[in-house]
Amino acid sequence: MSAPNSDYDPVEVTPLRADEVERMRDEALAAIAAADSLEALKQVRIEHAGDRSPLALANREIGALPPAARKEAGKRVGRARGAVNQALAARTAEVEAAEFERRLAEETVDVTLPADIEPVGARHPLTTIQEHVADIFVAMGWEVAEGPEVEAEWLNFDALNLGPDHPARTMQDTFWLDPESAAMVLRTHTSPVQARTMLTRTPPIYVVCPGRVYRTDEADATHMPVFHQVEGLAIDKGLSIAHLKGTLDHFARAIYGTEITTRFRPSYFPFTEPSAEVDLLCYVCHNDPAKVADCRTCGGEGWVEWGGCGVVNPRVLIACGVDPEEYSGFAFGMGLDRTITSRYDIADLRDLWDGDIRFTEPFGVGL
Amino acid sequence: MRVPVEWLRSLVELPDGVTTEALADRLTMYDLKLEEIVGGGITGPLVVGRVLAISPEPQKNGKTINWCRVDVGRHNVSSVPDAPGEDVPSRGIVCGAHNFAVGDLVVVSLPGTYLPALGFEIGSRKTYGHVSDGMICSTSELGLPDDETTASGILVLPPDSARPGDDAIALLGLADQTLDLEVNPDRAYALSLRGVARDTAIAFDVPFADPADRPTPSTDRPAYPVRVEDSTACPVFTTLVVTGIDPEATTPAWLVKRLTDAGMRPISLTVDVSNYVMLELGQPNHCYDRAKLRGDIVVRRARPGETLRTLDDVERTLTPDDLLITDDSGPIGLAGVMGGDRVEIDEHSTDVVIEAAHFNPVTIFRTQKRHKLPTEAAKRFERGVDPELPLRAAARVAELLVELAGGTLEPGATVVGDPPRRSPVSFPADLPERISGVPITPEQARATYERNGCTVELTEGRFTVTPPSWRFDLNDPYDFVEEALRTAGYQNVPSVLPTPTGGRGLTREQELRRRVGHVLAGAGLVEVTTLPFMGPADLDRLLVPQDDPRRDLVRLANPLSAEEPALSPTLLVGLLRAASLNIGRGHETVQISEIGRVFRPRAERREAPIYGVDRRPTEEELAALDAALPEQPRHVGFVLVGERQRSGWNAPGRPVSWTDAKAVAQRLADTLHVELQIAPGSLAPFHPGRCARLTLDGEVVGHVGELHPKVAEEYGLPGRVAAGELDLDALIAAAPAIGPKPDFSAFPVAKEDFAFVVDESLPAGELEAAIRGASELLESARLFDVYTGDQVGEGRKSLAFKVRLRAADRTLTDADIKAARERIVSAAAALGAELR
Repeated sequence: MSAPNSDYDPVEVTPLRADEVERMRDEALAAIAAADSLEALKQVRIEHAGDRSPLALANREIGALPPAARKEAGKRVGRARGAVNQALAARTAEVEAAEFERRLAEETVDVTLPADIEPVGARHPLTTIQEHVADIFVAMGWEVAEGPEVEAEWLNFDALNLGPDHPARTMQDTFWLDPESAAMVLRTHTSPVQARTMLTRTPPIYVVCPGRVYRTDEADATHMPVFHQVEGLAIDKGLSIAHLKGTLDHFARAIYGTEITTRFRPSYFPFTEPSAEVDLLCYVCHNDPAKVADCRTCGGEGWVEWGGCGVVNPRVLIACGVDPEEYSGFAFGMGLDRTITSRYDIADLRDLWDGDIRFTEPFGVGL
Repeated sequence: MRVPVEWLRSLVELPDGVTTEALADRLTMYDLKLEEIVGGGITGPLVVGRVLAISPEPQKNGKTINWCRVDVGRHNVSSVPDAPGEDVPSRGIVCGAHNFAVGDLVVVSLPGTYLPALGFEIGSRKTYGHVSDGMICSTSELGLPDDETTASGILVLPPDSARPGDDAIALLGLADQTLDLEVNPDRAYALSLRGVARDTAIAFDVPFADPADRPTPSTDRPAYPVRVEDSTACPVFTTLVVTGIDPEATTPAWLVKRLTDAGMRPISLTVDVSNYVMLELGQPNHCYDRAKLRGDIVVRRARPGETLRTLDDVERTLTPDDLLITDDSGPIGLAGVMGGDRVEIDEHSTDVVIEAAHFNPVTIFRTQKRHKLPTEAAKRFERGVDPELPLRAAARVAELLVELAGGTLEPGATVVGDPPRRSPVSFPADLPERISGVPITPEQARATYERNGCTVELTEGRFTVTPPSWRFDLNDPYDFVEEALRTAGYQNVPSVLPTPTGGRGLTREQELRRRVGHVLAGAGLVEVTTLPFMGPADLDRLLVPQDDPRRDLVRLANPLSAEEPALSPTLLVGLLRAASLNIGRGHETVQISEIGRVFRPRAERREAPIYGVDRRPTEEELAALDAALPEQPRHVGFVLVGERQRSGWNAPGRPVSWTDAKAVAQRLADTLHVELQIAPGSLAPFHPGRCARLTLDGEVVGHVGELHPKVAEEYGLPGRVAAGELDLDALIAAAPAIGPKPDFSAFPVAKEDFAFVVDESLPAGELEAAIRGASELLESARLFDVYTGDQVGEGRKSLAFKVRLRAADRTLTDADIKAARERIVSAAAALGAELR
């Protein structure tokens, strides 16, 4: 094969001249760089990279060149078109990104506008505190027992060593069902649940009984005819008051914080013997000498009355079918309404009961 | 029980340096709980003054003040020129009271005196145009009890009882303190100085001399004849006779002081002595005017219809359960509770019959309750008074009457009956330690029991303890555990956490109830707790018809209010009251719920049996208890007022409608995985056309819908109000142990729309159920449009459904879909539906 004979070229094709290709390429690159929207880029693509663009037209001329020149010209035009397409793609991506940014910027909202279309519910603290207390005991392996609010007189009183002529029975301001001879009451404490538990289960028994109880108190800022208690009952072999103390200490710490302790004062309840009242170290002043004198929560005492407790009276065990020779047990009880009012500084107990939604809403769904 | 500290200290020699506060703290830890320390807070120059001159000055406000010149001895200032009367050394004092006269001795608090009853320090101050240089004190300002003579104001001292300038704090014993102790019902013995003193001596480990240990008169001849017809109710009855007392004799100041400090009013010497001995020894006793007694004293039960006028001047009708003291004239006293007025000591009485007896606690308790007479005597007898005391207490009364009133104790004493004997109690020697958790050796326990007056045997590891006559609280082994622990100290109980095994956590019911609570809150409802008390008027407000079973109420025998004599059969009573309160307080939207019990009587009303307590009741007996109780299921109720979705800048509000109530019910059902059947219902207080009855397997479990507009209006609730109430116990009982399993196909879905024209009366739910049942390929059917109007014609409506079809095992073919469509259309046609 002979080498190409340049002398044999009939013409020199102007568009394929190196300087001409370079010019076309540069014009295209300048137009691409100048395009600042996808719309403009579309136009640039037609003008500089389309079928009718100068470089495309120049490319068609290559065939007119002598074979020896075609390769060189083809390379030149090809490189130029490559550069243009690359620049076009790069610029398109750039402009697309910029346009997206602009769109997002345009979509900016005022996030301080309210978003409160949906109603917001809440659970009553008397409900959630009962659950909280139950959880503390369930975590210790106890169970939660419940019973009716209208209760048989025998279960509310007699079975708990409160016979008909027991002086302590007059201390209980009891709602009686009509007629009184029906021997039914609104339970004055959750203790009948303890009796029911002993009557229906065999020891060991470890139960807490949160619930609603009733006394004939007129409603005022510090009294309600209905309130809530939690009582606990443990029946097992070898239980002593020390176990009662340990349980109450744990309960107090779980509710009020690790530094809270309890103390016992001797007392009297028919269903326990020995009996004690249990006080909590004041959870506000901690009986700190520097603070206690002015503490409103404990009234300067350093301790807050919490509840009653004691060793289950063997007479109660016998009435409920538990053998006191084999088992002993302890019981305790405390009010929950005051726990709420004192912790949240609520001056009037009636606020818990009248149903104003502003009372419950701040508690959300838990304490 | 009020215990004057000075009196207590006269009976117990406390260790040096024991303050009243320390005494109170120790007694509190010894089960004699301090309520408060009374008295003792007055400081500063509180002195005796003599009123020299009084100038009454009427004021513009209508009252007259007295501008006084008062001689306060060494506290006088040399001159008070503007005070009334001659300007001698004295003080000028303005006083608003009028019950004193020139020459009276009064108590003056000079500037600088602090009176706790007022809570501030007296100063010299300008008032009513004068400088009042102190204050003339009333009894209440001094913290002294009022009686008839002082209730009108200023305390006027007896003439010549002191001199101007004397220290009134010492004179009146105002530095003395009194312990107000809360005595638990089992510690009857502590309702006396004797009992408190014994406990104090044991608590401080100091010697104790029993004030009841005293010689008693010989019983070889009777004093005043007595017959006891009921020796169970009255085991012991004693009388002594004191003659020749001086009716003019007055009660000495020291005795008045102790009585008043102990909270009793002085009345007359004889009565004061009687009360004093009751306080000192704990033995209630009674003095009769012997001249008024007719024949023997007879202790017997009342006869039906018998009456007695008691000392409080009330004519009382007696029943055979009442124990009486009688003479030939009839009843002269309600035994152990209150004397009768016919034989009362009066200002002429000179001869006195002293009664001291022991009565059965239950008898006195019942009488006291029946006649609503919780007297000091009854309070002691019903808890138990030392049966060994009567003669000794009567002798003490006699001794004081002889000493203070110049009487003579007649020889002899009448004593009828014998004090009941105490039985010994036996228990293992380690019981105190085992139950208390405190290391208490048998020897320590023995020492405690003996100090408390018990007779103790300790053999072969067992105690046999006989309690003393005054300890009614020592009957069972555990009572002796308490006694030992009281001495060992409750503060010494160690803290040991028990370790139960195998707790099963919350029950399914408890857990589901919590879930329901959370779901209700999630649905935007605020939980309330309301009182269950209500009355028929509440049902009237709810438009509950007279023949509605809910009219049969569980009623209380002693309701707090006559308007609310019953327990509510529906939560809506409390919820609507709460909704009304919220609207009244300015809320526009109120969405509240409650979970609580409702109450309805059993069809057959029974009395709950009362069993003995010496054994466990049988299963049948226990079942009988429950069978008597009214039904009291837990319900869940809710009331929605206002906007279910709030109007705002980006959306219009959506007012509450009946559908919201239905949605809440469905959410609850979904939560519990139960399927409610919903049908048109009719129940007050709902709108008759907008109430859904909810059933579970044919059992009605609730109603939801729109509140009857009249009920909404009655409660002042604006707009349409949605409400509902469901039997939560029934829903939870029906909840499956395991919920539905996930069941879905990954093959493609075919979406088909249908619009059916049906008779307007056809419930959409029926058509939907028909569609759902038409093809096993049906995945879901959702009604998305309801149309009534010209295009469907009068009495007709169009119901449009979006239906999704899908097979579990293949991609549906056109033929599958066509077949399914046809089945759906024909199922609908069976209800008269035409495809549009």
